[in-house]
Amino acid sequence: MISVTVNGKSYDLDVASDTPLLWVLRDSLGLTGTKFGCGVALCGSCTVHVNGKATRSCVTPISAVAGQSITTIEGLSSDSTHPLQVAWTKEEVPQCGYCQSGQIMAAAALLSQKPKPTRQEIDRALSGNICRCGTYLRVRRAIEVAAAMTQNGGAQ
Amino acid sequence: MSQILNLSRRDFIRTSALGGSGLILGVYLPSLNTRSILAATAYALPNAFLKISSDGLITCMVHKSEMGQGIMTSLPMILAEELEANWSKIRVEFASGNPAYETRLGPGIGWQLTGGSNSVRGSWTMLRKAGAAARQMLVEVAAQTWGVSATDCRAEQGSVVHSPTSRRLSYGELVEKASSMEAPQDPVLKSRNEFRFIGKKIARLDTPSKVNGAAIFGIDVKIPGLLTARVLRSPVFGGKVRRYNDAAARQVKGVSHVLQIESGVAVVAENFWAASQGLKALEVEWDEGENAALNSAAIFKAFQEASQKPGVTVRNEGNAKEALAQAKKLFEAVYEVPFLAHATMEPMNCTAHVRADGCEVWAPTQFQTGVRQTAAKITGLPDGAINVHTTLLGGGFGRRAEIDFVAEAVEISKAVSAPVKVVWSREDDMQHDFYRPANYQRFTGALDENGLPRVWMHHVVGPSIMSRFAPQMVQGGVDPTSVEGASDLPYSVPHLQVEYTLHNTPVPPGFWRSVGNSINAFTTECFLDELAAAGGKDPYELRRQLLDKAPRHKATLELAATKAAWDKPLPPGRFRGIAVHESYGSYVAAVVELSVEKRERIRVHRVVCAIDCGMVVNPDTVTAQVESGVVYGMTATLKGEITIEEGRIQQKNFNDYPLLRMDEMPAIEVYTVPDAEGLGGVGEPAVPPMAPAIANALFFATGKRIRKLPIRPEDLRKA
Repeated sequence: MISVTVNGKSYDLDVASDTPLLWVLRDSLGLTGTKFGCGVALCGSCTVHVNGKATRSCVTPISAVAGQSITTIEGLSSDSTHPLQVAWTKEEVPQCGYCQSGQIMAAAALLSQKPKPTRQEIDRALSGNICRCGTYLRVRRAIEVAAAMTQNGGAQ
Repeated sequence: MSQILNLSRRDFIRTSALGGSGLILGVYLPSLNTRSILAATAYALPNAFLKISSDGLITCMVHKSEMGQGIMTSLPMILAEELEANWSKIRVEFASGNPAYETRLGPGIGWQLTGGSNSVRGSWTMLRKAGAAARQMLVEVAAQTWGVSATDCRAEQGSVVHSPTSRRLSYGELVEKASSMEAPQDPVLKSRNEFRFIGKKIARLDTPSKVNGAAIFGIDVKIPGLLTARVLRSPVFGGKVRRYNDAAARQVKGVSHVLQIESGVAVVAENFWAASQGLKALEVEWDEGENAALNSAAIFKAFQEASQKPGVTVRNEGNAKEALAQAKKLFEAVYEVPFLAHATMEPMNCTAHVRADGCEVWAPTQFQTGVRQTAAKITGLPDGAINVHTTLLGGGFGRRAEIDFVAEAVEISKAVSAPVKVVWSREDDMQHDFYRPANYQRFTGALDENGLPRVWMHHVVGPSIMSRFAPQMVQGGVDPTSVEGASDLPYSVPHLQVEYTLHNTPVPPGFWRSVGNSINAFTTECFLDELAAAGGKDPYELRRQLLDKAPRHKATLELAATKAAWDKPLPPGRFRGIAVHESYGSYVAAVVELSVEKRERIRVHRVVCAIDCGMVVNPDTVTAQVESGVVYGMTATLKGEITIEEGRIQQKNFNDYPLLRMDEMPAIEVYTVPDAEGLGGVGEPAVPPMAPAIANALFFATGKRIRKLPIRPEDLRKA
């Protein structure tokens, strides 16, 4: 048994210890918002937070996060009111949408470290996240909008 | 796939009651002939485009696939426009795969397919008629209810209003009576100046579910008892399983079945990870067959040899051969492009549940007809027993017009008598794609005494997608998708000849965002720049001069050039390139500004695009699709290459098939030609001009002509 906390809820899991966190989330817990893109930490689609830090869940064995706190896109907010989700909606970022959970989670980790990131910091933090639809300019803009929103006292 | 566009059809409208709870309006296409109209009634809930329930909710049945291009919003906008609906009452469902949604393309071909940038323009008339017919019926019923003339009533925001008295009945209150009415066959459509939704920015309906993880893509489908399968396929094209040993695979905890299928050996397990571990433990011996020694160099050598012989002439004006013989100087160039993978972010997958009496398929597919036919063939069940559910697509770009991944799911589910989801790894996806064809193209040109192009000879050599996908469409040795964007060169050149040699290879070719245009825009727009330089002309001014008979190309080009300030000098070290191309009924011009650092690092700073796509339905969607096309085109120009050695695709993942990332992004400006007529597509047309605009800019930056993609640093160094 491996114990983890996902989106504030504790689970005791009977899974092979080398199972990547991604597949535990998707197949064992049914949290399919976190996506499989490459399996080798090259695309960022599987990005979640482990103790608040952006982590590629496709290469993170479940045993490595035993006892730790994991946040997925489903747990970022209960009602899509996280400033990034509000900004993402306002800027109409998603196209196919498949990579967007990973983009948002990478952005959320960035903003929690640097509430007012420079453009270069955004590029650096998000360049591990591939979007085949090419929504990068809107991703960047939405992060800037969310950062400004947070500065002004939260998403309204 | 531009043929999809040019179909004239008369629409035939019919209504049917939905269990008394509302009105369903179906639009049937008589071009499908009476057989299909009759057959359609054998399917559950067929061919309805909209459903109005007594609580006033309007459900739009979207019969195209949402893969990012925004049709989940733009198609309902068209319906809502004619229906005079209240937008907040609009709901969307993906229609099932059904013959009633098929577009007739020719004898024996009817497809429900999302491709050819055709969703809006291909659905435009029938959706408008469906909406208008429903509106007219609701108005009629309201008039009858009040005992007034229908001409005194108007539809407005989901209600019918009696203008003289301002009495009002909501659609919900009217549907029950309306559902027993005959639908008008020729409802009056609104005129363009009456549009309330079309042309206005409407927020995409799929955004909310795409920012909170709720969106369901094919890979996310969950049903009780679902098993997951991985498949080991022959690394060599056309290879077959000779024998396999599954002893170790079966030892893996969670693995339930190992079986041979048409495409290889499948490992079925309770989840993805167990299936993957089982796959790793599987030992397969392949009969690699006749392609075991295939490699890229041999493919291009064969192309080159084929280019020495005459091809099929697809366009011939003036007398190019004679004019060449008279020319003092010839300009010759050979262009090459590689095979490309689609690399959708969501790897291929499909879920199927085959039962004795029916089969359910949940597929992220662009081609519902192909899914249904494939499942029927494998299961032996009648067409009508196959239920195709379309999920959201994590990217399509043409890859999901194929049915290979569907066949695997159906075959495995049938064999193990359980619902099965086949999931491909990234490596599977990269190495078992249907690739954008590689091409070898030869140009010969000559100038007149004023330095204007006088002769243009172009020979396209490459594989044919249609010869595999729909052989009926290859006629006289010509696949229209191979020469689109080449045979319809818009420039006035007195002596013009375009030839094509269909040259297939064992590498399966597929539709790749903008298809032949992705190749032919690069070659033709670069060779035009070569002739411009040879004649001492500015590439923009030469294009303008040669586009007198192509006013929409010209206007789009001028818009881009004006917005990019083509006539103003750039700061030192910055260089511009320009290109214009029509595809899928839309015209896109691009001006690229770039610099080259240390003679090898290309940095694209700014891309100015102008698009004439005719009437705009949802403006932000047009902008987003152009932005997307720019990125897709840049990736192909600067990075994309699939190569073959020993019969195997060499690229495996995003390390060796890299895609553009955020830190490489230019600024992108998108301008739409205002008040344009007609309807063009927007999903693809921004891709083609990117490669030539970049390559043309690089000529000014380095003096080096780029005739081969992708552009490698070493191509810039050896001047």
